[in-house]
Amino acid sequence: MTSAPPATPVPAGVRATARIRATADGRGGTALPLLTGEGPLALRRTRGEGAEAGVMLVGAMSAPLGGDHLAVEADVGAGARLALATAAATLALPGRGGAPARYDVRLTLEGDAALRWLPEPLVSVRGSDLRVRTRAELAPGARLLLREEQVLGRAGEPGGLLRSRLTVTRAGRPLLDQELACGPGAPAGWDGPAGLAGHRSLGQLLVVDPAFEKAPAAAAVLGEFAAVTPLAGPAVLVTALAPDALRLRELLDAARRTYGW
Amino acid sequence: MASSLAALLVLADGRFPAGGHAHSGGAEAACAAGRIHDAATLAEFCRGRLHTAGLVAAGLAAAAALGLDPAELDAAADARTPSPALRTAGRRLGRQLMRAARATWPAPELDALAAAFPRGAHQPVVLGLTARAAGLGPLDAAHVAAYESVGGPATATVRLLGLDPFEASGVLARLAPELDAVAAEAAAAARRARTEGTEALPAASSPLLEIAAEIHADWPVRLFAS
Repeated sequence: MTSAPPATPVPAGVRATARIRATADGRGGTALPLLTGEGPLALRRTRGEGAEAGVMLVGAMSAPLGGDHLAVEADVGAGARLALATAAATLALPGRGGAPARYDVRLTLEGDAALRWLPEPLVSVRGSDLRVRTRAELAPGARLLLREEQVLGRAGEPGGLLRSRLTVTRAGRPLLDQELACGPGAPAGWDGPAGLAGHRSLGQLLVVDPAFEKAPAAAAVLGEFAAVTPLAGPAVLVTALAPDALRLRELLDAARRTYGW
Repeated sequence: MASSLAALLVLADGRFPAGGHAHSGGAEAACAAGRIHDAATLAEFCRGRLHTAGLVAAGLAAAAALGLDPAELDAAADARTPSPALRTAGRRLGRQLMRAARATWPAPELDALAAAFPRGAHQPVVLGLTARAAGLGPLDAAHVAAYESVGGPATATVRLLGLDPFEASGVLARLAPELDAVAAEAAAAARRARTEGTEALPAASSPLLEIAAEIHADWPVRLFAS
């Protein structure tokens, strides 16, 4: 016999994409011509504020598990205003096969579009392995408010392996490109004095707004473990480390009141 | 083309007059906060910096040595450096290296970069072009950048804490295999960036290094510029 034995079937993970398209409705409001969820990613329209349409991403299962590949794609057209949130924290859970899970978020903002992407925290559960890829492509006139919160482990538990890259381009030029790697299996030093230094929650609030071209935000220090940093473009990034998710949110909420909308 | 080992030594030498001695690579802030207090914590600090800022600098330097567009690499460096204090330090170091490089290895590419960035391009980009002018390759440039990312903090800690210089050198020597691995990873990424663009370059970040750099820049008196 020369034929190879049948390969052991690898349990295929869930593949699901949520797609949102927001456009100006011509009457000063925002329409949602595309709003489709899939599998564990369900979308609900929520009450928006003024011209802004609201969409809630409702996790119908606790996901992503190892091997899963989830994606969120949001296109915001010229003149449209969209607020995109998640109903609950996202838990990265271990899978059976040992394969990493993937979570891709792609945000496209045209013309003078405005998007608030304010998901609840991502909790990296012990034994999990998740790769997050967030890309935002902005036209020169677009405004973006983006929050990321990462929590390593549930209460009293070490976290899993988390790799998260955030790439933001404006008019085709890179504005922000950062990759965080932490947890068992991450490059050495991730929790040391040049890494998280024992913190278990970290987060970022990014505000991109052409108004910063005329009136840039000033750099500021917010205590020992948070800072406001104007980027090399009309944008400001608030970065914070905190002992827990609650204090992290307090910090980022205060920053949002100052710089965001 | 085999690159000159002696040229590599000249470029990587701490006595090469590029102004690096005035910068601690975040070690001054970490010592003040008590996060670096002995050889073991210095080693952990260097390790963390090597795999984040060091890898990013090595990728940019390798890409510049390969001949990728320096202006695009400079923009990629900006995007990977949220802290304005670190962007300023990076450009100041770039300007100082440029002065030394043009005197040491005159090359039209260095002149063009100096003209395009009168206030200084990011140091790793200048370093990569300097390596190119010195006849060195992308892996050489990545090695120098990776080594500088830990050599600076180690030397600074000797001055800041009175740490035994033998212990500081021991920390660097034990990091050698990781330095080699980071340089190789950076050079491989630079080769991918030739076809895939600068997004293929490493973007590893350390939030605490960025935050601490802003805190350090606010100090009224400090021994090191960054």
